Amino acid sequence: MEGISWSAWIWVGPALLLIGLFFIYPMIGTIVTSLESTDTLGNVTGFVGLKWYGKIFSDPSNLIVLRNNLLWLVVGTILTVGLGLIVAVLVDRVKIERVIKSALFVPMALSFVAAGVIWRFVYIYKPAGENQIGLLNAFLGLFHIPPQAWFVNEAINNFALIAIYVWMWTGFSMVILSAALKGIPDEIIEAAKMDGANRFTMFWRVMIPMIAPTLTVVTITMVINILKIFDVVYINTGGNFQTSVIGQAFYDQLFNFQNSGFGSAWAVVLTLVILPVMFINIRRIRAEEGLR
Amino acid sequence: MSQQITELAAREKARSITERLATLERPRTAWERFTHAFSNSSVTVLVVVIAVMWSIPTFGLFVASFRPPQLIASTGWWSGLVPPWHFTIENYQAVILQQGFGQAFLNSLIIAIPGTLLPIAVGSFAAYAFAWMKFPLRDFLFFLVVAMLVIPNQIALVPILTIFTSIGFTGQYWSVWIVHTAFGLPFAIFLLRNFFSALPKDLIESAHIDGASSWRIYWNLILPLSVPALASLAIFQFMWVWNDLLIALIFIGGGPKQPLTLAVANLVGSFGQGYQLLTAAAFISMALPLVVFFSLQRYFIRGILAGSVKG
Repeated sequence: MEGISWSAWIWVGPALLLIGLFFIYPMIGTIVTSLESTDTLGNVTGFVGLKWYGKIFSDPSNLIVLRNNLLWLVVGTILTVGLGLIVAVLVDRVKIERVIKSALFVPMALSFVAAGVIWRFVYIYKPAGENQIGLLNAFLGLFHIPPQAWFVNEAINNFALIAIYVWMWTGFSMVILSAALKGIPDEIIEAAKMDGANRFTMFWRVMIPMIAPTLTVVTITMVINILKIFDVVYINTGGNFQTSVIGQAFYDQLFNFQNSGFGSAWAVVLTLVILPVMFINIRRIRAEEGLR
Repeated sequence: MSQQITELAAREKARSITERLATLERPRTAWERFTHAFSNSSVTVLVVVIAVMWSIPTFGLFVASFRPPQLIASTGWWSGLVPPWHFTIENYQAVILQQGFGQAFLNSLIIAIPGTLLPIAVGSFAAYAFAWMKFPLRDFLFFLVVAMLVIPNQIALVPILTIFTSIGFTGQYWSVWIVHTAFGLPFAIFLLRNFFSALPKDLIESAHIDGASSWRIYWNLILPLSVPALASLAIFQFMWVWNDLLIALIFIGGGPKQPLTLAVANLVGSFGQGYQLLTAAAFISMALPLVVFFSLQRYFIRGILAGSVKG
C-alpha cells in the first residue's frame, strides 16, 4: 500500500461509472423532473415549482398515503422488532431452537408476491352464509363472528397488509437478536445474578442494554424497509380502499396517470424521509471503521 | 458492521443464555423444581404454537395447490386433508402448459444469474481497490457508495426509464441485468470491502514484494480467501433479484420475457377469482428460493444478516 496507485481507477472505474449513471445522475434528474409538468409521453411541458409537493401535503387522498406510511412505520416496526425480540428470548430456552427459528425464518426466502398469494388464501372473503374458504373467516365463524372483507374494510385493511409484512420479517429480527443475546458475556450475567437480579431485571437491565446496538441496527433496517414498502400493497389491493403508500403512489403516478413530475415528487419525498437514516447509518459505519 | 454481524452469526452455536442462567440458579426444593420444569415446558409449547401458526399459511397454499379447481373455490383447504382425498396436479399442468410458467421460470433464471454474477464481479474489483490501494478521494468515494445503500430505487427509476425508453432498451433481459448490477453494487462493495480489508496484511504485501501483479493478487489470493463472503453475497443477491417485482415491472413489464414474480402478479390481476391457478403459480415461484434456503441455510442466514443494511 505504498504510494498512490493510479491503476486503482481501473479497478473502481466500472463501479463508479455505474453508480454515477444509475444513482447520482438519475437522482438529480428526478429532483428536476419533480419541479416540472410533463405530458403523457413524458415530455416536459413547463416548470411548476413546488406544485406537486403542495399536492402531496394538501390533497386528502395524498394525506391518506402519508398517514398509511406512518401507520406502517409505527405498527410494522414495533411488531417485527418486538415480536422478534420476544421469540428470540423464548426460543433461547427450548431444545428445538433450530426448528422453531427455521419456521419463522422461511418467509424471508419468499418474494412479497408469493407472500401476497399465500395470505390471499388466509384472507379470502365470502359473504355471510356462504361456506368460508379463507382460513381467518372460517376461524371467526367458529365463534359466530361475521366474516370480514379484510382488504376492503377500511378500518382493518391496512393492518391486514401490515400483518403480511410482520409474518415475513419477524424471523429476520429474531435471528439477529437471538445471535446478539448469545453474545452477552458470561461474566456479566454471572455478576448480575450475584447481585440478585431476577428474570425481569435481568431482561430490562442487562439483556436490553447489552444488545442495544443490535436492536438499533434491526430497527433501522425495518424502518428503511417499511418506508419503501410497495410489493405487498401492489399485489393485494393495488393501493385501493385507502391502503396506498408512497411506493404505490409513485408507481400510480408514473404508470397509471403517466405523470412523471408527480411521480418524481413522491420519490423525492421518500428519499428525504430516508435521508436522516442514511446519515445515522454512515456515522455508525464511520465509528466502526475508527475502531479498527 | 458486517464483521460484527458475521461474529453474531458465529455465536449462533454458542451456549444459550438460559443454559448459562440455569447453571447459576439450580432449583432447590421439589416445588421449585416443579415450577421450573413447568415454566420451561410451557415456553416450549408457546414457541411451538408460534412456529405452527407461522407455517400454516404456506402449508395451506401448498395443500390448496394440489386440489381440483371446483373444490378450491367451494371449500377451505383444510377440508382437503380429510379422506376421501382428491389431490391432483392439474393446477400445475395448467399454469405451466397454458400460462407460460415454464418460460417465466426460465426468464427468472436468465435474469437472476447475470444479475448475481455481474454486480459481484464489478463490486469485487472496486472493493479490492477500496481495501488495498491508495488513490485520491478514496475514503470520500467509499462513503458515497455507502450512502447509496439506503437510497430508495424509486428516486432513480424515472430518468433511467426515460433514457432506456428513448434508446429502445426496455423489455430486454439486459436492461434488467444492468439495472440490477448497478443497484446491487453499493451492498456488494460494502460487504466485500469489509471482508477484503480484514485479510492478513503481511500476505498481500509479501505478494507485492514478490512482484505479483494486482490482478494476480486479486485472482489468486483475495478471491480464494473470500469464498465464504462471496457465497453469502451471491445467495443474497440471487434471492434479491429472483424475488424482485418493481424493477421487472418497470423495465420488462409483461410479455414473453417476464420473470415469475411478474407472471404471478399479472395472474393476480387478471384472474381475481381463478384461485386454482394462483396456488400452483405461487408455488412454482417459491420452489427455487425454498430449495436454496433449506440447502444453504447457513450461508443464506449469514447473507441476510450481513445484508441488514441493504436499501
